[in-house]
Amino acid sequence: MELSPFYQDLFTSLNRGLLMSIALIVPSAVGGVLIGITAGAVRTYGNRFFRTMANCYAAIFRGTPLVIQLFVLYFGLPNLGIYLTPYLAAVLGFTLCSAAYQSEYVRGALLSIKSGQYLGAQALGFTTFQTIVWIILPQAFRRAIHGCGNEIIYLIKYSSLAFIVTCIELTGAGKTVATEYFRFTEVFSIIGLYYLALVSLAIIILKKIEHRLFIPGFGHH
Amino acid sequence: MQNALSVVVDSLPYLLQGSFLTAGIVVFAMFLGLFIGIFMSVGLVYGNRYIRNILTVYVWIFRGVPVVVLLFLFYFGLFSFLGLNFSAFATVSIVLGMTTGAYQANIFKGAILSLPQGQFKAASALGMSDIQAIKSIVLPQILRLSIPAWSNEYSIILKDSALAFVIGAPEIMARTQFVASRTYQHLSLYITAGIIYFLLTWAGVIGLRKLEQYVRIPGYSQHGNQ
Amino acid sequence: MMTDKKPILRVKNITKSFGDVTILNSVSIELAKGDIKILIGPSGGGKSTFLQCINCLVMPDSGEIELDNERIQFTRKQDIYRLRQEVGMIFQDFNLFDHLTALGNITVPLRKVKKMSKKEAEQRARLELEQVGLSDKESLYPAQLSGGQKQRVAIARALAMDPKILLLDEPTSALDPTLIGEVINVIKGLAVKGMTMIMATHQISLIHNLADEILFMEDGRIVEQGPPDALLAAGNKSKSQGFCDLLNELSEVEG
Ligand SMILES: Nc1ncnc2c1ncn2[C@@H]1O[C@H](COP(=O)(O)OP(=O)(O)OP(=O)(O)O)[C@@H](O)[C@H]1O
Ligand SMILES: [Mg+2]
Repeated sequence: MELSPFYQDLFTSLNRGLLMSIALIVPSAVGGVLIGITAGAVRTYGNRFFRTMANCYAAIFRGTPLVIQLFVLYFGLPNLGIYLTPYLAAVLGFTLCSAAYQSEYVRGALLSIKSGQYLGAQALGFTTFQTIVWIILPQAFRRAIHGCGNEIIYLIKYSSLAFIVTCIELTGAGKTVATEYFRFTEVFSIIGLYYLALVSLAIIILKKIEHRLFIPGFGHH
Repeated sequence: MQNALSVVVDSLPYLLQGSFLTAGIVVFAMFLGLFIGIFMSVGLVYGNRYIRNILTVYVWIFRGVPVVVLLFLFYFGLFSFLGLNFSAFATVSIVLGMTTGAYQANIFKGAILSLPQGQFKAASALGMSDIQAIKSIVLPQILRLSIPAWSNEYSIILKDSALAFVIGAPEIMARTQFVASRTYQHLSLYITAGIIYFLLTWAGVIGLRKLEQYVRIPGYSQHGNQ
Repeated sequence: MMTDKKPILRVKNITKSFGDVTILNSVSIELAKGDIKILIGPSGGGKSTFLQCINCLVMPDSGEIELDNERIQFTRKQDIYRLRQEVGMIFQDFNLFDHLTALGNITVPLRKVKKMSKKEAEQRARLELEQVGLSDKESLYPAQLSGGQKQRVAIARALAMDPKILLLDEPTSALDPTLIGEVINVIKGLAVKGMTMIMATHQISLIHNLADEILFMEDGRIVEQGPPDALLAAGNKSKSQGFCDLLNELSEVEG
């Protein structure tokens, strides 16, 4: 079966866009989780100054639209003489925004650990460091993982905003083809399917991980 | 610097006018979502297999496809394909309403499932009809339990409404972009827009928190009830 | 029972305040090997705080702790970790590690604090679980255990560290009446084996059967202290006597 030129064009563009989307999502997800853990820990245990700073960071990035953050990074910073490439601006925006949301789950997880767990460990002679590594982190990780996973799903969807700062990923690539051939319904339906596939794949992987790490008493609902 | 500040001051009224449209989108979307969410949650819990499957597919689509893609699809694609001549404003409101509807369906479904079985039975035992029991026993409890999740949805919808500019609805973001492209004061203008959204987000979130406390029943919360 | 009179633990003049409220006011206690001392007294009297001061879970403001004639420097972390390894503690609400199985709860301190190999630790843990009658529960998580079973795992975990002394803070008071028996039996078993213990409890049967000495704590002080025969003798108008009468009445009402 031979595909019409339209579909050949479309799938070539979309597949190229897909690669760019993945190149955006993976580093942003990893960076978001890492910075999110740090910010969440600071928001929970930090001294007053750092706690306030981290809280402000989270409130600002959670309180404003991601598009605006991207516009500030890509179109705004040049006013200060700072020029970011579209890719860098997108990854930076995604990472910072995602991390702010992640920090919320991390903080919730850390707060949910009962003080008895620290006491129990201290009473057995654990050092503070050992308590954190062997008792607090494994528990916090399990409490946070569901929320953090959801956040990664959001990140996949919001990676579609990169084209707005001219980083041509899946949505941007499709939009070009759609405008050229003036076939919006088909193109955007197919793009939708691409995202559904990505999101569903991510959900399956995250479920697997959650399942693997499941412990009675730590389930999600 | 001087210039940046005066551009911001001059354009502020123009930007703020956009917040009426933003507010309109959010209010319309939230209520459409509430409506869709309540009906779908009942279908998801009590419906037969076919209804449940259809609704599950709906939720899967609207939770999995990015808002921008949905906006393009509906505005340039489906609506004109169906001969509907919806404005950008209407399209954004409907798309966001349908999206939050999918999320709200899950919120209410969770709330229904977490209600103790006894509530419905006790209402029936007192001679209430199913409709009466739902209206005066089940819904008041579910709506209370759902306020925190609702506040979360509000903040998401508000921020998503900034995407309306991709199809040209003249809300805050579109107006900011318009002024920025003429004055080249991108940084200060986008930060200003950010501040407006920030205030709108937290005002709504704090307002809903107040509402939650106001309608609160002692000893009745999501945690106390599980 | 043989008790050699050289104290292994000496706690002197412990004082502790939170803010400007004095919770402990110069409290002292001495234990020889095999001694069992029981703290009783009204709620808020400072029993838990005192027990937690003994292994520095709560840092005393002043006072001295000597373990085996060695003074613990409160400012030295190493001293405190050592103290905690040698003084086991059982909590009212168990404090099992929720993410670890019964076995894991016992092996994790053996491996991380005592640096045992995994195999060694598991062998030891199984031995301790057997002692408390939970051999068949080793792979269950705390959420899957009953209160009595949780407390027995907690006791096994503490014993696996080979403590010289065991502190027990109301070990049965978070339990259903039907589950108290199994924990009491384990504690009585420890007494028979000569374990040195300080226990806060309101369990009449433990007070009567186990105590070498009763210490009555009120408002952060030990206001009465002596062997149970003397304090609880019929007709004695001691505070301890009155308190135990009250406990008796309560347990009759419940039973
Ligand atoms: N971290 C703390 N901060 C402030 N006050 C405290 C703290 N810990 C304990 N207290 C206070 O110290 C007093 C003694 O408490 P403690 O728990 O030692 O009493 P208790 O004799 O064990 O009582 P109970 O029988 O209820 O367990 C109480 O008034 C309590 O409120
Ligand atoms: Mg106590």
